[in-house]
Amino acid sequence: MKCDHYEARFAGVGGQGVILAGKILAYGMVSFEDCKAIETPTYTAQVRGGATKVDVVIDKYHIEYPRSEWLDFFLCLHQKSFNIYFKELKDDAIVVVDPNLTPNIPDNIPQKLVLVDLIDIAKQEMGKTLYAAVIAVGMFTGLTKIIKESNIQKAVLDNAPKGTEINNLKAVKLGIELGKKAFACKEKVVRLTLEDAKMLNNEDQA
Amino acid sequence: MKKSVRFYSGAELVAKAAIDAGCRFFGGYPITPSSEIAEYMSHELPKVGGTYIQMEDEIAAMGSIIGASLAGVKSLTATSGPGFSLKQENIGYAYMAEVPCVICNVMRGGPSTGLPTALAQADIMQAKWGTHGDHPVIALTPAYLEEVYELTIKAFNFSEIYRMPVMLLLDEVIAHLSTAIDLPDKEMLVIKNRRKPSVPPEKYFPYDTAYGDVPPMANFFEGYRYHVTGLSHDKTGFPTTDPELVQADQERQIRKVKSNINNIIDYEYYQMKDAEIIIFAYGSTARGARVAVDNARKLGIKVGMMRFRVIWPLPEAEILKHCSKAKAIIIPEMNMGQLSDVIERYAADRTKILRINHVGGVPIHPSYILNVIKEAI
Amino acid sequence: MAFEYEKYLRMDKIPHLWCPGCGIGVVLKAMLRSLENVGWEKNDIAFVSGIGCTSRAPGYIDCNTLHTTHGRALTFATGIKMAKPDKHVVVFSGDGDATAIGGNHFIHACRRNIDMTLVVVNNNTYGMTGGQHSPTTPIGYKTSTTVYGNIDPTFDICMLAKAAGASYVARATVNKGKVLEKYITKGLENKGFSVIVATANCHTQFGRKNKMGDPISSRKWIADREIPLEKAREMKADELNDVIITGEFITDEQERTRWENYNHPIHEYTDAYKKIIEKAQKK
Repeated sequence: MKCDHYEARFAGVGGQGVILAGKILAYGMVSFEDCKAIETPTYTAQVRGGATKVDVVIDKYHIEYPRSEWLDFFLCLHQKSFNIYFKELKDDAIVVVDPNLTPNIPDNIPQKLVLVDLIDIAKQEMGKTLYAAVIAVGMFTGLTKIIKESNIQKAVLDNAPKGTEINNLKAVKLGIELGKKAFACKEKVVRLTLEDAKMLNNEDQA
Repeated sequence: MKKSVRFYSGAELVAKAAIDAGCRFFGGYPITPSSEIAEYMSHELPKVGGTYIQMEDEIAAMGSIIGASLAGVKSLTATSGPGFSLKQENIGYAYMAEVPCVICNVMRGGPSTGLPTALAQADIMQAKWGTHGDHPVIALTPAYLEEVYELTIKAFNFSEIYRMPVMLLLDEVIAHLSTAIDLPDKEMLVIKNRRKPSVPPEKYFPYDTAYGDVPPMANFFEGYRYHVTGLSHDKTGFPTTDPELVQADQERQIRKVKSNINNIIDYEYYQMKDAEIIIFAYGSTARGARVAVDNARKLGIKVGMMRFRVIWPLPEAEILKHCSKAKAIIIPEMNMGQLSDVIERYAADRTKILRINHVGGVPIHPSYILNVIKEAI
Repeated sequence: MAFEYEKYLRMDKIPHLWCPGCGIGVVLKAMLRSLENVGWEKNDIAFVSGIGCTSRAPGYIDCNTLHTTHGRALTFATGIKMAKPDKHVVVFSGDGDATAIGGNHFIHACRRNIDMTLVVVNNNTYGMTGGQHSPTTPIGYKTSTTVYGNIDPTFDICMLAKAAGASYVARATVNKGKVLEKYITKGLENKGFSVIVATANCHTQFGRKNKMGDPISSRKWIADREIPLEKAREMKADELNDVIITGEFITDEQERTRWENYNHPIHEYTDAYKKIIEKAQKK
């Protein structure tokens, strides 16, 4: 890992699979990057149809405080969740949202903002919205370089149900490319659409 | 290179450790935030031939584990605040009849329904005084997932060694946090079992003090046909109202823990050598406090922490010693001061005691504790 | 030859604490004869009870005996039975213990159809605490807490047990010890949850407040009200006022296959759990 300590939050509503995104990342960091990681998901009553999130705290050596303190990364797939969990962010953090589901973002937030049609991309390019979570961890990888591309792919494969390995691998690769594209863009606000995803997917196949 | 990595939550580790300690019976009732322990037990116990049963209520769950333990099977139940309140009647029975068992309480905010899904350390006092009458008490408060495993095993060992119910107090953070941990080698675990009688049935008395304060315990169906009651009883197990016998029995029960206190108390020092300000903490709150200690040390403040892995009984002598020499004591708790009240009684005239009492359901942030440390200088 | 009760009793605990002429003694004797009938080893039997006069019975029996908290006997018993399914667990309870404070445990033990036998001694009152009204005190009767006459409707414990899923349910009165013995024996033999209600006299508390303060008149009160189940089935509800219906409410497959019992368990609980273990271990 490129730094000693890193904190990421994946947020959305119940059923979108954001908790799984956190699990995969934590698993990857511990299994293949020789780091410590904890994940603290939101809990039961809060999860049913409501706002949900998972915080992943990563440290090269030891995690003492068992919750996130200052987030380096925040990905959100729903307005409901954004309103509750958009807090405790560092000024130089990265914020990723799906603007179709999270239309109200305050103006002039200090963080780098990536607007990506994540659910549309999952539906159109992968055939199912449930791949959004895996695309999301891919985007995390491409954007932050906290985990090696090969390692997040291994983590996704280790957590994929039997028979879904190929699609999950495809989804995480697409996410990585989307993330890298957003990383390369030096603007403070980056917009990624379905068209971008289509192009990246075609390049990949070409 | 791929390591074999397994993530565990605190709840899962309670279940795993219980089974590794030899627990083969779980009687439960669903309650947030402890239900995961019941779920893991329902998956894992049948695999090892053990029994999981979901009873009709919390009271029944507690009754069932006492019954199973009397039949010779190590038993666990898990609950949270409101369920812990309901269980108190039969917990008292387990003390009176001296039946080993472990009660895990994943604490939540109270009173009443309170904050079912949020973090609290609300039952420190209920663990001590929850049921009517006097009794010894052992309660453990793990702060790390490795410790959840270790102290769950210890809870079973204490319950077997001292023939009494033992409280395992988790909080929501510790129960639901997931991380990869290395479990100790099962071969290396120290597992204690209740002392069995060495005499034939006709010479056996279930509460015979001839063998020390913890009488040997025969299990049901092993040929020792004896009587167990929640009434005050003599050494034969039958009811008595003889004032001297009742007095002696109560004193002996309290003595089980009191005279073995050095084998039970368990605490950890952090940065205590030259500490002028001392934090007393337990459970997940201690982790935030430890970060605060590190940050204060960076500012040159001489602060240290004493963390209780076993909250009852408290290491009173050590606490007194520190209270006498410290400039100030800081006690962060996720309740309105259940430990602070006790420490104040020991030491209010010896030093300044600063309380941090957060009951809003969110952890006490290290920066908050740091501010209190700065105030204490 | 007279029955040797001494074989099953802790003779050093006799005399018992019950009042002279109390009905519980008849039930205890019927139980001991039933133990002989089924031939179980004393070491393999656990007697469990709650709180109350009846709950003192296990203390006199030379088996593994457990006197628990008020109403909770069945919960402890369930723990014992699940821990050692091949051993025998028998529970003694009173009407208040089993159907008021322990009502929830009662219906759920029936629902599980777990292989235990529950004997409820119903004397229509809380004897040990001074004769307060219980869930089986008939309407209009006086107790220490219903001096103007009881207005609380009563439970029929047998109907309750039957509806909740017990697989053997019967009632007899202490006037007929032999019948009681037969029912208890059948209950012990039944592989499932058995409930035997023994209607008993408490002349000291219930009787004294209702002009039948001696054992004879209290037992006569019981005898006068007894109606066999077969006869009751031919009668209308309003004719069955202040009566004690006796007989076997649930006995065999024929009875249990009646449509009213459509959701009753088809298995005994410890057997069903053994299959769970097999399933879990195969995986």
